[in-house]
Amino acid sequence: MDHNVNQESINVQELIQQKSMSQKVSHKIGKMIPSILFLFAAVSILTTVGIIYTLLSEAIEFFKIVPIWEFFSSTTLKPLSQNPEFGILPLINGTIISSIIAILVAGPVGLMAAVYLSEYASDRVRRLLKPTLEVLAGIPTVVYGFFAFTFVTPIIRSVWPDVEATNILSPGIVMGIMIIPMIASLSEDALTSVPNTIREGALSLGATKLETTFKVVIPAALSGVIASFVLAISRAIGETMIVTIASGSSKNFTFDITESMQTMTAYIVEVSSGDAAAGTPIYYSIYAVAIALFVMTFVMNLLARAISRRFREEY
Amino acid sequence: MKYIDSSLVEKRMNKRILKNNLSKILFLLATLFGLVVLVILIMRVLIEGLKWVNFDFLTGKLSTNAEQAGIMGAILGSLWLMLVVIVCTMIIGVGAAIYLELYAKKGKLNSLIQTNIANLAGVPSIVYGILGMTLFVRALDLGNIVLAGGLTLSLLVLPIVIVAAQEALRSVPNSLSEASYGMGATKWQTIKRIILPAALPGILTGAILALSRAIGETAPLVVIGIPALIIPFPGSIFDKFTTLPMQIYYWTLDSSLVAEYANLAAATIIVLLILLFMLNATAIFIRNKYQQRF
Repeated sequence: MDHNVNQESINVQELIQQKSMSQKVSHKIGKMIPSILFLFAAVSILTTVGIIYTLLSEAIEFFKIVPIWEFFSSTTLKPLSQNPEFGILPLINGTIISSIIAILVAGPVGLMAAVYLSEYASDRVRRLLKPTLEVLAGIPTVVYGFFAFTFVTPIIRSVWPDVEATNILSPGIVMGIMIIPMIASLSEDALTSVPNTIREGALSLGATKLETTFKVVIPAALSGVIASFVLAISRAIGETMIVTIASGSSKNFTFDITESMQTMTAYIVEVSSGDAAAGTPIYYSIYAVAIALFVMTFVMNLLARAISRRFREEY
Repeated sequence: MKYIDSSLVEKRMNKRILKNNLSKILFLLATLFGLVVLVILIMRVLIEGLKWVNFDFLTGKLSTNAEQAGIMGAILGSLWLMLVVIVCTMIIGVGAAIYLELYAKKGKLNSLIQTNIANLAGVPSIVYGILGMTLFVRALDLGNIVLAGGLTLSLLVLPIVIVAAQEALRSVPNSLSEASYGMGATKWQTIKRIILPAALPGILTGAILALSRAIGETAPLVVIGIPALIIPFPGSIFDKFTTLPMQIYYWTLDSSLVAEYANLAAATIIVLLILLFMLNATAIFIRNKYQQRF
């Protein structure tokens, strides 16, 4: 406004009026802001409503064609045959078996890594190792799928020739590797939050570090450790690309880990990428499967939160 | 008379100490296991794919002929997708975070939204794919274009952005906003001129990390129905598209038919990992350079 100073007529009144006008406008904007921002926050609620509504409304169409009890109790899944049969049990079976393999790999390794990072490692080592583990968590799952299919499966087959080219074992193991960082980092948080006085008490009684860790620290942090396992399983249940690529699409109800099995997620991928025409039973079936998947992961997540809240020891 | 048989004690102690030391090595190995797998994975990808990464591959069009295949279309598709995701998540995510942190009254509605965000973060990505397919592709009839894919992925990573932005806003000390109020600023002026700039590095870091999650996603896009072979390059958000992860998926699947497809998949993985690495490096750079400690 410097150039105004030299001009002869500065209308102060006008300036004040302008200022108060602009203040009024900005006051009005300020009043509108919270409601606009609320709409953004409401998007998250709408997303949940959207997910539940779409899944339910289409699944209800499906259950008009296939009785709900048949869907959840039948072990035959033949969506493409002349007389299609829809039983979800083979998919649930595949999902559970792959998740069990994953947690058998990731549980021990992840927990031991958490123990090392929180109890043994020096600050410098921890600061070096933790980010590296997190890189593992940041790798896209399709890359893990590639790794399972072109690297892990051939290795398993060279030691164990019975294993088929697509099998549930290899993606299970790779999925385990994928969730190691999750277990390691969440369990480490739980272990680190155990106060040092407890450790010192055990050590001063003559326990070795190993005994302190397994008899004192881990029991004290148990809720957090279990919660990390449950969250990791939930993640494995929802994992899609690794199993889709490396486990094939066999819909047999079997417990043989050398065979191909299909998970719920892989079924959804197979059907939706196969141009299933809208309105056919096979099209609606993915919504029914998705509901089962959604409920399973949702319950696991709630469980994890309940465990870590209920059994948390306060120090 | 001896009350303590020191030889017996030593015998027992030695065993316990040995166990202790062995387990320490075991735990270290378990920690390094992840690192070793990471190295193997990257080595494997480099060996398979590095020879295939060249100028023609990066700038060429997709082709069923492995020798002629290029991934320019997939790179452009991924970049267009990034644009949609970053715009949507920055506006909606940051807006939601500001509301939840600075405007919302602590009460039932607020805690409902918070719990809901936590739950959404745990929903499998493929479920978002089904939502996107039903809502954006079919109900709104967008078709499988960049916008539909971008909106789907935005919903997927929105919880991550909101939580990161909330943390960034929370870390701005009250003294700053109180000083601003003291100078006569309104709430919105304070947020716009004081709180947001101070929280921006944290928000950006979270947004970029969410973006790198979105860019690596495959499952929702498969469900939306991205076809395997798209020849024309996407030129706007209303074009059909394919992305790097989608090409990795299709080439890996077909690698049992054409062996060279495994090399193409590996080469595409290299490009995708470099893209992700650059994104993460940017996030770390912003965090280290601009993050203020209060």
